[in-house]
Amino acid sequence: MQLVILLIALGAIAALGYFLARRKLLGGGTGDTAIRPHSMPGYHGWYVALWCALPSLVVLLFWLLFEGRILEALLVSHLGPEIAALPGEMLGLLLNDIRNLAAGDAVSRDADPALMAAAERYGAMRTTARAAMLGGGLALAVAGLAWSWRRVAPAFRARHRVERVVRGVLILASFVAVVTTVGIILSVLFESIRFFSIVSVGDFLFGLEWSPQTAIRTDQVGSSGAFGAVPLFTGTLLITLIAMLVALPVGLFSAIYMAEFASPNVRNAVKPVLEILAGVPTVVYGFFAALTVAPALRGFGDYLGLDVASESALAAGAVMGIMIIPFISSLSDDAIIAVPRSLREGSLAMGATRSETVVKVILPAALPGIVAACLLAISRAIGETMIVVMAAGLAAKLTANPLEAVTTVTAQMVTLLVGDQEFDSAKTLAAFALGLALFLATLALNVLALYIARKYREQYE
Amino acid sequence: MAMTMTTMAATETASGPAGHVPPSKMEVSGLDVFYGANQALFDVDMNVAENRVSALIGPSGCGKSTFLRCLNRMNDIIEGCKVSGNVLLDGNDIYARELDVVQLRARVGMVFQKPNPFPKSIYDNVAYGPRIHGLAENAGELDEIVENSLRRAGLFEEVAERMSASGTSLSGGQQQRLCIARAIAISPEVILMDEPCSALDPIATAKVEELIDALKQDFTIAIVTHNMQQAARVSQYTAFFHLGKLVEFGETEAIFTNPEEKRTQDYITGRFG
Repeated sequence: MQLVILLIALGAIAALGYFLARRKLLGGGTGDTAIRPHSMPGYHGWYVALWCALPSLVVLLFWLLFEGRILEALLVSHLGPEIAALPGEMLGLLLNDIRNLAAGDAVSRDADPALMAAAERYGAMRTTARAAMLGGGLALAVAGLAWSWRRVAPAFRARHRVERVVRGVLILASFVAVVTTVGIILSVLFESIRFFSIVSVGDFLFGLEWSPQTAIRTDQVGSSGAFGAVPLFTGTLLITLIAMLVALPVGLFSAIYMAEFASPNVRNAVKPVLEILAGVPTVVYGFFAALTVAPALRGFGDYLGLDVASESALAAGAVMGIMIIPFISSLSDDAIIAVPRSLREGSLAMGATRSETVVKVILPAALPGIVAACLLAISRAIGETMIVVMAAGLAAKLTANPLEAVTTVTAQMVTLLVGDQEFDSAKTLAAFALGLALFLATLALNVLALYIARKYREQYE
Repeated sequence: MAMTMTTMAATETASGPAGHVPPSKMEVSGLDVFYGANQALFDVDMNVAENRVSALIGPSGCGKSTFLRCLNRMNDIIEGCKVSGNVLLDGNDIYARELDVVQLRARVGMVFQKPNPFPKSIYDNVAYGPRIHGLAENAGELDEIVENSLRRAGLFEEVAERMSASGTSLSGGQQQRLCIARAIAISPEVILMDEPCSALDPIATAKVEELIDALKQDFTIAIVTHNMQQAARVSQYTAFFHLGKLVEFGETEAIFTNPEEKRTQDYITGRFG
């Protein structure tokens, strides 16, 4: 509640600062109007407004980050040394109860007087803290207003200051994305390190058997757990290969048709439709694969006398291929269109047919872009989850037969992490190791795609 | 080889008696061209003389490039372009239904305003046409065609040591001569040039002009140019286009010294355009 009040008040003070600064600069009839101000009045307004809001917001951010921890520390020091000496989880549980009690929620133990007192103390501290936050924030805003308003003068370079803030905001925004990525990598990395302290890296990377069930009770039989990831990687590769066999010709040929042969009317009608494919949720592809394609394939296999599993790599791979067609067609289309018209005309003027021109001039010129498109599509296929969970099966079989059920890295990660988990067993941690391997593979592919696109791009002015 | 025969026949024609009027290689009559609703050319009649250089001059947008592109049907690939009228090559209508545009373009080659070598090696650039038209029986013959074409384009000495380097690595003037070599490698009968020197410096321009002069021994050439001196230097016939109409057409000397039309006079003396 105080937070909302504070934010509204900050907004109001900033708006006030904006108008005060403008009015001061526009002269108020003091004769200063004779000098042409260095910056437009709006910049002075923004300068003061930013000084009102920004310092307060920064302090507020840190306050919210550290308030809980500081309050906890204060509470523990009040509760006495025997409480502070409790093991980590017990202390956490106790503090949780105190917090819930203070908020009037359900509690996991009998509310004894000591606990009630602690809760009351906690509530009081919280109220004080929030009031201090409100007061401090407002005081800072007013101080900022006063200080910056005094600096507003025709010669003051407000524009430069505001530009600097704008640049700072932009840098911050890009920083957030980078920091998040790094955070994800680190969290996956640390859990993987825990996993590799239980299972050796060699066993994981080169083991041929995947059976992640570990014994819950000591008397259980046959569930020692095997974490050889090779069947998962081969399964992923098999499905990706099938997907690319479907997507590459279809996507590339449709891109060539769109870019070189289709009339503008056809192009304008067909291209958006093709790109709708990219908007279909993967779960829809998943049940399309599981409920339509897989039974059809099995029926067709029966007809030919082949033994097709009801969940087969072929069904999942084919549907995944359809899913990534738009990636390949759209990116290849861009690459083909980027080939200068003069090359096309040069070839046609030599008496080459359209298809000779495409094969001998346009595709070689567009090749870097097309290769990059394929690599991006492959990394998309490797990371795709929903289709394989629904249609590829879960049996970790080491096979190259597309008619059998296989499983993939992503599908296994889902099964490992769905449901109740204990986060200290190899079974759960294995998901992070798989995630790390997957991440490194797709990262390498993306870097390679960027490298190829940049290195081999023909420079046309 | 077919090329040698053409060469001999051409030399004979070119060395005919002075004042002899050469036969027309291409005859254009009643040519109208529309881009969508805009008419770009109005009822143009003009003949392109065999083994001569015909220059097309006129201010920007006058239709001279459009006219040039009608001669090997490059306008076909422009969306919404409609051509009517007669364009004859050796007496045969090139817009006839049964004519194969691929064969036409093998006989009427083209060099463009901006050098446009393919992103392939120098050798492959020149060998492109002979390969798609199957002009060489074996690798040796192909080598011969490539070397011959490069020599006639005056480029062979400069690139002999690096035939496998990319065509795009050459300088602008070299690239344009490579494009000319590429065009003559399939032994066309007519070469159309669309402002071939506008992207080149004066030295490279002089080389290409010399080349054009030498090539008219073997080929019929039509060249679009913005440069009046160039037209006067390289051509025997000049056509002046203005606002989509052919204003005046005749021997270059007559056009530049004693034009019949006032508009031609104004344009070549730099009073407009």
